[in-house]
Amino acid sequence: MLDNNQLLRFTTAGSVDDGKSTLIGRLLYDSKSIFEDQLAAIEKTSKKKGHDGVDLALFTDGLRDEREQGITIDVAYRYFTTPKRKFIIADTPGHIQYTRNMVTGASTANAAIILVDARHGVIEQTKRHSFIASLLQIPHIIVCINKMDLVDFSEAAYNEVIEQFEEFSSKLLVKDVRFIPLSALNGDNVVNRSDNMEWYQGAPLLHTLETLHISSDINKIDARFPVQTVLRPQSESHRDYRGYAGRIASGVLRVGDEVTAMPSGFTSSIKSIHSFTTDLKEAYAPMSVSITLNDDIDISRGDMIVRTNNQPEASQDLEVMLCWLNNDEAKPRAKYLIRHTSNEEKAMIKEVVYKIDIETLDRNFEDKSLKMNDICRVKIRTTKPLMVDSYRDNRSTGSIILVDDMTNETVAAGMIV
Amino acid sequence: MSKYYLNYLDELESEAIYVLREVAAQFQNPVILFSGGKDSIVVTHLAKKAFYPAKIPFPLMHVDTGHNFPETIAFRDNIINELGAQLIVGSVQDSIDNGRVAEERGKNATRNALQITTLLDAIEENSIDCAIGGGRRDEEKARAKERFFSHRDDFGQWDPKNQRPELWNLFNGKHFEGEHFRAFPISNWTEMDVWNYINRENISIPSLYFAHEREVVWRQNSWIPNSEFLKLDEDEEVVLKKVRFRTLGDITITGGIESDADTVEKIALEVSGMRQTERGNRSDDKRSESAMEDRKRQGYF
Repeated sequence: MLDNNQLLRFTTAGSVDDGKSTLIGRLLYDSKSIFEDQLAAIEKTSKKKGHDGVDLALFTDGLRDEREQGITIDVAYRYFTTPKRKFIIADTPGHIQYTRNMVTGASTANAAIILVDARHGVIEQTKRHSFIASLLQIPHIIVCINKMDLVDFSEAAYNEVIEQFEEFSSKLLVKDVRFIPLSALNGDNVVNRSDNMEWYQGAPLLHTLETLHISSDINKIDARFPVQTVLRPQSESHRDYRGYAGRIASGVLRVGDEVTAMPSGFTSSIKSIHSFTTDLKEAYAPMSVSITLNDDIDISRGDMIVRTNNQPEASQDLEVMLCWLNNDEAKPRAKYLIRHTSNEEKAMIKEVVYKIDIETLDRNFEDKSLKMNDICRVKIRTTKPLMVDSYRDNRSTGSIILVDDMTNETVAAGMIV
Repeated sequence: MSKYYLNYLDELESEAIYVLREVAAQFQNPVILFSGGKDSIVVTHLAKKAFYPAKIPFPLMHVDTGHNFPETIAFRDNIINELGAQLIVGSVQDSIDNGRVAEERGKNATRNALQITTLLDAIEENSIDCAIGGGRRDEEKARAKERFFSHRDDFGQWDPKNQRPELWNLFNGKHFEGEHFRAFPISNWTEMDVWNYINRENISIPSLYFAHEREVVWRQNSWIPNSEFLKLDEDEEVVLKKVRFRTLGDITITGGIESDADTVEKIALEVSGMRQTERGNRSDDKRSESAMEDRKRQGYF
């Protein structure tokens, strides 16, 4: 494998009937990422269940309950590698707790695959999937128009889906959308180009995934370095060493840069950047590094080192698109712990502004409840300022979670407006 | 410099270091679960990098079944020495002697499942609130569902159907007294990634991973090493073979494969052409379709 091969994370959305599991099985199978003992195991199960041939969908079964009930309960991660890239699939279930799981899978994805059944065209579920992909700002969306074999590989059917999709997606914020006609069951346009659709000039799915331009997916403009932990070895060789360890959330930092530590506002300049024993002149997101400064200023976990001439907003009042993830409904004016980068404070949901009906994308200003799978615009007040960017500019410093300190559970995920 | 993106190994490394630093920041008393296998060796190497020039801020913990490859123990002691780290040993033999667990009977008896009790006892005795493991999601279908920060209740149990959602890189390690977490920094690595990384970083690994001559017995489709713990059937024959091990577990259940790969490069090349999963040679996983899930629910690694 080449040294400059990148890692691409994508999420797959669709229900059992869309052929999502079959598509993943096909990608793994045709890219030779499935092992003989795995194949033998599913051949046995296919036979036991009375299926014709090997049911590729069985590759994605995980837990015992899922095998028994034929459903996916939770996000599962799959891996495959081609000579061009390494891929991580976040395989999210179509039915149960749909929003919660798709939001989870989407949060780290470079690309979303949205499956549409060529016979049915764009349905409510397609709209939901696309809305969540745009809400979570997944940079690339690939609409796979599946089951083309069942519409006689018709170009007209393909064009109709594109038209339907473009009509409603004009309301969404998606930068890069592609459409691929395929048949996951037979392998048309998944890994190999289909002989049945000469009219399609684009690339098959795998080639598309291998060549998507993802280097610009991370913000490389605004330098943000949330401090995770402070390294103080106090050993003979490093007696006065004080290093700030963290993962660069966005942007580029260079030795000599004038920086400000937030929220204190103290300024200094970068003395050194290192990764283990290697000294670097510059470092960029998403590298994990340690940084030393030329002045001895007080910095601890939760603080953020930024370039003095490019600072995030320090705010205690946040407007957030919040996705509720917990079975227990939010209590009015309830207090939660808010986690943002390496920082943690107390927070209160002051107001639910509106709820989004994810079937119609309409705003509901009457219903102020926050229940499982709800997506609402809310106002949050924190006890201390957080150093935030808008999620649209920065997925890393624009995202938060809420933790219920009575149960310790993660109850909500939010994107700062 | 025009290139502002990481290659896949650098990105995986950066992610793992981030997870390890989060563990150090969010927990009072974490340990690295160290088996002497390649995955826990890679995790330990990543921890060395994450906290340099400071020492790794947590001890290593070994759950010792007593049925070890002697090479593994020698390797473990060497690493501890080199890192200047503290070693905690949980002994399955002690758990048996104290009556906490009973030895399995029969030809295929192993101490694999007994480790669960020893592990959970050691976690409780040492007030450990986070045990860092080398588990990977590509290894096994139940592991594909694991979080980076995975909650365990006060009985050490995993509830896979009721896990905390894990979004972006915002990990929630909050827990009540008596509960603990498992953290998996190399969740997103595959077997191939681990070998490519060992090769790139020049990490030393036990000699067992390299092809060597050894007395073995053909059982359940792999070469099981002959040892004082192995009960032989009448029709089983001990033969001398050139083998190496893809995973290292208990000497009684870890099957070798025939191989000539005696360098990391050759192993990486061999693994890239493999058509069997690495756990295919582990008889502990062959017991049933949900063998791993069942053990993990009870508190296994």
